[in-house]
Amino acid sequence: MEIKTVDARGLSCPQPIVETKKVLDKISGGRVEVLVDTVTSRENVLRFGRNAGWQGSFEETDGAFKVILEK
Amino acid sequence: MNRVLMSKYGPALAGTIIGVIAALLVKFGNPGNMGVCVACFTRDVAGALGLHRAGVVQYLRPELAGFILGSFGSALLYREYRPRGGSSPMIRFGLGFFAMVGALVFLGCPWRAYLRLAGGDLTAVAGIAGLTTGIAIGIMFLYRGFSLGAARQNPKAAGYFMPLLAIVLLALLVIRPLFGAEGTGPIFFSAKGPGSMHAPLIISLAAGLLVGWLAQRSRFCTVGAIRDLIMLKDTHLFKGIVCFIVAAFLTNLSLGLFKPGMQGQPIAHTMHLWNFLGMALSGLAFTLAGGCPGRMFIMSGEGDSDAGVFIMGMLVGAAFAHNFSLASSGAGVGAYGIPATIAGLVFCFAVGTLFMNRVD
Repeated sequence: MEIKTVDARGLSCPQPIVETKKVLDKISGGRVEVLVDTVTSRENVLRFGRNAGWQGSFEETDGAFKVILEK
Repeated sequence: MNRVLMSKYGPALAGTIIGVIAALLVKFGNPGNMGVCVACFTRDVAGALGLHRAGVVQYLRPELAGFILGSFGSALLYREYRPRGGSSPMIRFGLGFFAMVGALVFLGCPWRAYLRLAGGDLTAVAGIAGLTTGIAIGIMFLYRGFSLGAARQNPKAAGYFMPLLAIVLLALLVIRPLFGAEGTGPIFFSAKGPGSMHAPLIISLAAGLLVGWLAQRSRFCTVGAIRDLIMLKDTHLFKGIVCFIVAAFLTNLSLGLFKPGMQGQPIAHTMHLWNFLGMALSGLAFTLAGGCPGRMFIMSGEGDSDAGVFIMGMLVGAAFAHNFSLASSGAGVGAYGIPATIAGLVFCFAVGTLFMNRVD
């Protein structure tokens, strides 16, 4: 399965969501990993993904977060 | 409490409490419909520091120090203190500058636009319409790929600057040093006008700390609310400002502070076009920078240096707005408020257009 990665670390609101949306809009399913580095961005991307019908979870790595969206 | 603030009810709960606090601060002495106004308070701080000499708007508003320290404390407690910065700081300074110019043409930031409405000031409607328009233009730039570039993690100490500045401002407010050349200053306090009207220090500071904590936990944002509603049909933050307005309205009503109408409203004018365009400028500048002025104070407490630079832009913008007759008064827009608003819009459109590609 192909994993798409979005690096949204350091971006201001709402750019992590804009970058995530660009990827989700192009595919109907699969796994997308979004890298962010604030708790606010993590929550925002998770909420956006879930509202768009994706399963969401996250992992913490080296002070950043990997948000995992799957469908 | 923390679990609720972090949940989907968070912004609504924070908005409700902040709305009540804002109305109560007016009861305790703050100017009309100005229980909380991030732009007006920053302007008063600029005056108190002698950066402008508009004698009626000079006070070291302790609410602002409270916002930063409340957020700083909350961010430390919940391990969300993350010093970061370096995303086009000079441009963010310019956005803060012009966001302030727009706010002082309207006479209030987005927080006060909602509070003016909640107090019955119908001239706020043009301002809120302008704010929404400015945010919508900002969204257009965002969809076309606008970005000021990524911020990087900074050393731990980088985030201490704004909390320390907040403590210095509080110290100056308490000590009231007086050793200026003409027997006044360097800290100035209005003897009359809006700057002379304020709640007791301890109440203002406590309110600021509480608002800072609530907003840090819930991500309450008065610009993000409209942005997310238009852009993503996401009502999460929008519920926050609806509750904010309703809570302030009901508290105003019960305190006898609700006075519906257009004429004679406190610190407001009836030049609707400039209320609209002033707030449109602010809304666009805030959207390009990533949040409302309150949110900038909160993020600066979390260690975001770029938000701190934006606030410095607001502070200098406020000084220029009064020194160069850009700011409005109850009588209408200032002598050069109109060209300054247009210049600000040109600046924001240039930023929106020139920062089209992601710079990493």
